[in-house]
Amino acid sequence: MSDKQDLVLEVNGKNYAVRVEPRRTLVDALNDECGLTGTNAGCEHGVCGACTVLVDGEPVRACLMFAVQARGRRIRTIEGLARGDTLHPLQRAFMAHHALQCGYCTPGFLMLAAGVLERDPNVSDEELLQVVSSNLCRCTGYGNIVAAIRAAAAEMRAK
Amino acid sequence: MKPARFTYHAPVTEDDAVAVLSQVAAHDGRVLAGGQSLVPAMALRVALPAHLVDINGVADFGVLAVEGSEWAVGACVRHAAFHRPVPDGPLGRLLSAVVRHIASYPVRTRGTFCGSLAHADPASEWCLVAATLDATLIANSVRGRRAIAARDYFRGWMATALAPDELLAQARLPLLPADTRCGFYEFSRRAGDFALVMALAVYRIVDGVIADPRVGVGAVEDYPRRMRAAEAALAGRAPAPDAFRAAAEAAAQALDPADTRPETAAYKRDLARTAVRRALEAAR
Repeated sequence: MSDKQDLVLEVNGKNYAVRVEPRRTLVDALNDECGLTGTNAGCEHGVCGACTVLVDGEPVRACLMFAVQARGRRIRTIEGLARGDTLHPLQRAFMAHHALQCGYCTPGFLMLAAGVLERDPNVSDEELLQVVSSNLCRCTGYGNIVAAIRAAAAEMRAK
Repeated sequence: MKPARFTYHAPVTEDDAVAVLSQVAAHDGRVLAGGQSLVPAMALRVALPAHLVDINGVADFGVLAVEGSEWAVGACVRHAAFHRPVPDGPLGRLLSAVVRHIASYPVRTRGTFCGSLAHADPASEWCLVAATLDATLIANSVRGRRAIAARDYFRGWMATALAPDELLAQARLPLLPADTRCGFYEFSRRAGDFALVMALAVYRIVDGVIADPRVGVGAVEDYPRRMRAAEAALAGRAPAPDAFRAAAEAAAQALDPADTRPETAAYKRDLARTAVRRALEAAR
């Protein structure tokens, strides 16, 4: 007997009809059912933040939410950050400031920062450092990531 | 690192939630709120619930309001609700100072205040707040609602007075008088990590001396509790370093830390002494 459930996930403004077991995490459903492989599963228990996506505009760990819980919610992933060929200010700033090396943690950092800056581009430096401490990077180092996010915040404030 | 199979229930009213829980509680059914502790435990297969009762769809559990002399926090109010000080006054300022110590931002957008109380990790900041302020916890089940005083609620290491079929529907915190001073101090190895020790100090100053002192310590014993000896060392004394040192020493002596590696009992007692003093100084 299958206990799979049919549901529709709204990701980056597009609806995906999927059929998943309740135990299927959101990150796995995005990767395997929606074919959106940009969100990376890292530790799979909420520590590293690689899988961070936006749900109704708020950053969440996609490994700690079941796909069935995302029914009726607006999900935004790394694939939805650029507008067509125009990269998001955070994406450009990460390139300009060498804020990525292996890149595995990058989608998570970008979605984390996008969620925070789009809500409040005037976020204080102290708060920004607290936010960045949410996710793990093990090769680039945090200095360049913080510099990139600061630069993107300045650009987003100017708009 | 994938959770094991479970049957998923998604009630939309509080009555439905307790009805479903009453049916599945005896069959290893668990409540799923923010999932920031339970789901990692499931991923690690430390927790293997056969049923999950997801209460995120219960609208009534979003309540966050002043009710009489209390601040009511519904079962699904997220940690992030306290990023900005609510309610007005010392309690809101205290909660917003404490919340930034809880895990990390994306965990706070999902994890819940009541979920932390139900999970009852010894290092939970909200458990320390509830114990120190003598919160009232409202449990609900098909047998009806009941109020549990915080001093009767914590029963041991990650153990509470909640029966398996009871759901923590609400936490009620007493509003604090406008002249209340609050200080919180936490020591952990890295940003967002579990506390090794934390202390909460709450008092007023009346006619130049400390009145209504409350001192709580968490993460040292199986569950947080008020330190009566420390409070006695403060009442009626001027808010000055010698009184704070005496209270910190009294708290350190009253604590019975577990001797676990790499932190010895003596080390944790030492940390607690410093944490209590710093919390008292922060409240000044």
